[in-house]
Amino acid sequence: MNQNPTPQTSHDTGDYVTVNIGPSHPAMHGTLRVIALTDGESLIKVDPEIGYLHRGVEKLGESLTYHQFIPITDRLNYCSAIPNNVSYEMAVEKLMGVEVPEKAQLIRVIMMELARIADHQVCIGILGVDLGAFTPFFYLIIQREEIYEIFEWFNGARLTNTFGRIGGVDADLPDDFEQRWEELKPGVRKANDETEKLLTHNRIWMDRTIGISAFSAEDALNWGFTGPCLRACGVKRDLRIDEPYCMYDKFKFEVPVGKNGDVFDRYIVRMIEMEESIKIIDQAYKRYKEMPADAPLMARVPKVIKPPAGEVYSALESPNGELGFFVKSDGSAKPYRIRIRPPCYMIYQAFPELVEGELIADLVACLSSLNVIAGELDR
Amino acid sequence: MDLKKRVEQCLGPNNFVVAMIECQGDLSVEVPKRSVVDVMRLLRDTSGLGFDFLSDLLGVDNLDLNKPKKKPKKKTEEGEGAETEEEPKDKGPVSPRYEVVYLLLCLERNERLQVKVRVEESDMEVDTLTPVWKAADWPEREVFDMFGIRFKGHPNLKRLLMWDDFPAYPLRKDYPLEGQGEERHLNYDD
Repeated sequence: MNQNPTPQTSHDTGDYVTVNIGPSHPAMHGTLRVIALTDGESLIKVDPEIGYLHRGVEKLGESLTYHQFIPITDRLNYCSAIPNNVSYEMAVEKLMGVEVPEKAQLIRVIMMELARIADHQVCIGILGVDLGAFTPFFYLIIQREEIYEIFEWFNGARLTNTFGRIGGVDADLPDDFEQRWEELKPGVRKANDETEKLLTHNRIWMDRTIGISAFSAEDALNWGFTGPCLRACGVKRDLRIDEPYCMYDKFKFEVPVGKNGDVFDRYIVRMIEMEESIKIIDQAYKRYKEMPADAPLMARVPKVIKPPAGEVYSALESPNGELGFFVKSDGSAKPYRIRIRPPCYMIYQAFPELVEGELIADLVACLSSLNVIAGELDR
Repeated sequence: MDLKKRVEQCLGPNNFVVAMIECQGDLSVEVPKRSVVDVMRLLRDTSGLGFDFLSDLLGVDNLDLNKPKKKPKKKTEEGEGAETEEEPKDKGPVSPRYEVVYLLLCLERNERLQVKVRVEESDMEVDTLTPVWKAADWPEREVFDMFGIRFKGHPNLKRLLMWDDFPAYPLRKDYPLEGQGEERHLNYDD
């Protein structure tokens, strides 16, 4: 790593100070490191370094069978493991040409949207903490715990859910899901309301977020942005609508878009998405209830999965953006190559362009608003 | 017109198409390595194709692809056994060994295309795609990090996930899963 980046302006180099931020720093989300060249408080050059949480997930996948890899995908975006599981399962199902039963798809939708709410709650909560607004964090985290309770009660794990199997899901929703969900819903809405009251029109919040690390739509597309960060730039792109999977084309929901692509827009987009997720879960559960109780949950797949030789790419809209799996099979029981396309990997590589010229404090705000999760960034 | 024909129409006149494979609805087109940047510009700018978004870029090592597969020992030695041992000989080692796969997306029509480039072990260099899409920056660094394929003209071709003086390329098929005992020595004097 270049410890002393060369200054880009003609300013007297003697005034610049190199500041190392992270990897062990509470504002750097665990394992991110940024080497910043600063002029007083402003950032002249920013150099992010990643890889501190690299565990060789892709290499590991080549030595495991197709089903054994599902628990590994939990460890990518650990704030919302379920979309990771489903994305991988969808890629293998596509490779095998398996059609997943409708009931299983609905359970997947319900669980993925719950995970989306939980992920956005963490993201906004942490964004608040990083900017000094500590209270909303508690409102949101309490509700996230309630969602994790549902996950735990569904399959025994809070974070590493290992949800579903290749070809469907392993278990039906428990009988009292409706009651649990109806209890949870007002709580989530109330927490969102109170967060919004505390933050959205708060003078300090607005000063710290509006116009910070604004990004144009062209730049965002050029850098490979997806998800809320792209939508904040004003591009209406959501794989749930553009390339529907899991029956998302049957549900009615809005895709919020921002305008300036700044921290504030990313925050607002996420706030609205949570409300839309609640709507999707309601619709999905209504459809689920109409299904016969003995409808199949699993497609007919062999016990030992040996997809035909070939390679496919399959992606879904995870809370952070396009999460894709490229799976190459040579016809044996182990994948030949697995490539994970994490959404925040593409977003974080534009970090220097996002924050250069801003203040050090804004670097923290920008990083939180991108929702960079080291687990999926480093794999 | 379906995607395969349109891609053929666009790339065909310049002899850019080496092969086209379809797998479960995913179309992948193999192109010559030396013209990969031209191909990408064509695919991006031709109306009717408009692949304006680089979704991902990855490397593949094909070393083990034609390796003889272990057959169950139930079969008798005569006939069957001899046949299975001869099979890999016909195919021989995969050449070229490496592949770089580009995953493109057309935002307007939501179509996806895989563009594939084969890389010989003797010439491990591919032209960089960073002038076309900035998104190629880190993925190219990662392919270099994991496979040792160099990207000519990349502005900052350094290791991405492993540390700078890591001695091997971990995603190559001849690199053991458990590693080779590499250790990182931090030099605090710098």
